[in-house]
Amino acid sequence: MATTIQPPETESKEPRLDNGNSGGGGLRNLGPTNGSLKLLEDFSPEPSRTGVWVGLAAITMSFAAFTSALIVRQSTANDWHHLTIPSIVFFNTVVLLASSITLEIARRRVAEFARGRTANRSTPLAWLSATLLLGFVFVTGQYIAWQQLRAEGLYLASNPNSSFFYVLTAIHVLHVLGGLAGLMRVIYILRRPVLSLRRSTMDATSYYWHFMGVLWIYVLLVIWIKL
Amino acid sequence: MFGRFVTKGEHMSDRVVQAVPTTADVVHHHQPPQGFIRKYVFSLDHKMIGKQYYALALVAVFIGMVLSWLMRIHLVWPNWPIPGLGLLSKVGAPGGVMTPEYYLSLLTMHGTLMVFFVLTNAPFAAFGNYFLPIQIGAEDMAFPRFNMMSFWTTFLAFCILIAAFFVGDGPPIAGWTSYAPLSAVGADAGPGQGFGQTLWGLSIFVFCIASLLGALNFIATTLDLRTRGMTLSRMPICTWAWFITSCIALLAFAVLLPACLLLILDRVAGTSFFIPAGLVISDRLQPHSGGSPLLWQHLFWFFGHPEVYIAILPAIGIVSHILINSMRRPLLSHKVVIYCMMGIGFLSYMVWGHHMFVSGMNPFSSLMFSFPTLVITIPATIMTLIWLGSLYGSRLRITAASLFALGFISMFVSGGVSGFFLAQPSIDIYLHATYFVVGHFHMVMGVAAIFGVFAGTYFWFPKMTGHMMNESLGKLHFWLTFIGTYCIFMPFHYLGLAGNVRRYSAFVDDFLVPLIPVHRFITIAALCTGAAQLIFLYNLIHSRFRGAPAPDNPWECTSLEWIMPSPPPFDNFGGKHVVVYHDPYQYGVKSSTGDYLMQNSPEQVEVRT
Repeated sequence: MATTIQPPETESKEPRLDNGNSGGGGLRNLGPTNGSLKLLEDFSPEPSRTGVWVGLAAITMSFAAFTSALIVRQSTANDWHHLTIPSIVFFNTVVLLASSITLEIARRRVAEFARGRTANRSTPLAWLSATLLLGFVFVTGQYIAWQQLRAEGLYLASNPNSSFFYVLTAIHVLHVLGGLAGLMRVIYILRRPVLSLRRSTMDATSYYWHFMGVLWIYVLLVIWIKL
Repeated sequence: MFGRFVTKGEHMSDRVVQAVPTTADVVHHHQPPQGFIRKYVFSLDHKMIGKQYYALALVAVFIGMVLSWLMRIHLVWPNWPIPGLGLLSKVGAPGGVMTPEYYLSLLTMHGTLMVFFVLTNAPFAAFGNYFLPIQIGAEDMAFPRFNMMSFWTTFLAFCILIAAFFVGDGPPIAGWTSYAPLSAVGADAGPGQGFGQTLWGLSIFVFCIASLLGALNFIATTLDLRTRGMTLSRMPICTWAWFITSCIALLAFAVLLPACLLLILDRVAGTSFFIPAGLVISDRLQPHSGGSPLLWQHLFWFFGHPEVYIAILPAIGIVSHILINSMRRPLLSHKVVIYCMMGIGFLSYMVWGHHMFVSGMNPFSSLMFSFPTLVITIPATIMTLIWLGSLYGSRLRITAASLFALGFISMFVSGGVSGFFLAQPSIDIYLHATYFVVGHFHMVMGVAAIFGVFAGTYFWFPKMTGHMMNESLGKLHFWLTFIGTYCIFMPFHYLGLAGNVRRYSAFVDDFLVPLIPVHRFITIAALCTGAAQLIFLYNLIHSRFRGAPAPDNPWECTSLEWIMPSPPPFDNFGGKHVVVYHDPYQYGVKSSTGDYLMQNSPEQVEVRT
């Protein structure tokens, strides 16, 4: 059987410095080595950006599963009762969308600071903190929404609509809490005396956060149309 | 930590805020962690995590095997007291004789342990963790902390499942598929359906999280951490298999996770996702209404069928890798095998309904699911033909590893052929829930994947431990296991055709009594084959400490794991960056090293035509 031998690449070929794609292999060394995640050198696209996309794919799949469960459940029996969405949910939506905007501003300010255009790290920190605050307002708002439903006598097991409302919103809030943890981590790193925030960390966190907004719009639409 | 904050389009040197040594020649030596906990327990090292997965799978597989022994013994000698069983459960096995419910408990635990903690862990998580980063020239996984978390989360899931043995009313009895509504209504559905079943749901829920973390890690590692010259097409087949498997696992476990959550909520929070109205169980009207038991089956099998390929694809990759090495020539087509694996991965999401032909699903749906099920045999057949065609005329080096690789093909074909029958609704309606199905999936998914694990163990053990395994014992182990598994699982097909229903704990019906001698034969074969695994265990442990020292490349293999010492140093490549020049399987060439060329060898050889 014939073996095709590729001509060897010459040693002089420069390692690929252009980031953003994964083929061909740049020099990749993100060695977490002796218990501490120590960064040595890195020409490669950073895995955290890839990782966050992969993670978002999994989250999307989970919510697709919830959605299909909801559709099947709705068509199974005649116990589907219309659910009035607590009004605070719409306020929460605005808050979450606003947090995406503040985060995007924060990202720009962080970049300016990192490139040395501004020496002051308080501006990016302020925007990041604003995002964090809005995130917590959203979580609190969702909690109030649950309280409102409970005041109406609608609990998790009351009817399928309330079950799905609690499940979908609670799972979403859990994911938002993960995003808040990520934001806190970014703020923590940014506050260190020597700038050690990686762009990919900032990017991955903000992709995730924006996705939480998109996911919330989706969840809200499902609740609105189906419940 | 070096500060770097870069934007797209800027050149690297502009992008670095702090000074960073950027030359490629800088060699970094990393010190391994010294403390016991960091080194052996909460290790971030992918190699240690791989070994931990392997150890966990080994524990799980022996527990699962003993459970199957207990079931087999009970099936043919139902009134024999089994010594010690009474200690495990006084209620489930009074005096050592198990009740029918306890039989179902053992069946459930056997299936769950084997599918989740053995077939998912051993070929995928254990070998994948150990060898995927090395084969692509990386120092570690992309997210070592996630990696550590995913192992310990798996371990937690394992502990939760095992805890079900010791709770009040015993382990769950709903089978590894946990069909609703009986799995969802609680203790009314029988002993074990109380807290035990909740533990089952919790265990699988936790397991899903662990698997998702693992899959995420594998994908990011494969995409981002390949060394210079390691293009996707230069990755070895097993690396491809782990990569494709992780893509399947990512989407499959992401569906099982919500399903488990809804099941747990039905059980503990009183919701009605899976429980229909007016259900009377144990003379009690269940306080639920409107749920759909079929919904559970859909969600479960949407995960469950891809899960079959999560078990078998890594084995396919490992076996291909080993066969190529033993044949000393590449497969007829490297690329087609990879495309076939991708095709299987894609189609695996379209066939889940073939588990539900008799569930009351619309018959037209059965037809819709039957078609892709038959189609998925095409890539499987292509791969088999490629293996056989490549084997034909090759001078195969017979080792324990290559024998198990051949055994894998044999099991894959024998078990796969019965799949053709089951894929057709009209035949499946007769064969459903008989021993025919049991024989089918045990051969094609269980034994075949385990053969892949055995092959991988005999092949990679020298690299993992620095010691050779005993080849003679390995070959003896192969022949006993190979013959033994055929003796166990081939008669299952006959039993199924004869109408022998599965999940019965004793055969007292008229039409089943004549089949008891066959069952007795199977039980004896199972006891003997299981005992033969002690040879493997002995070989494993003895070789680990007393085996002959392993050279760096005992099998003259070309992939990157064999350029490093055995066992590999903590930082894999000694802080250097390997450069890859060749496709993964340069065998049958004339090079300075012999008939093969390492992937990282800069040597040029003549292209043979």
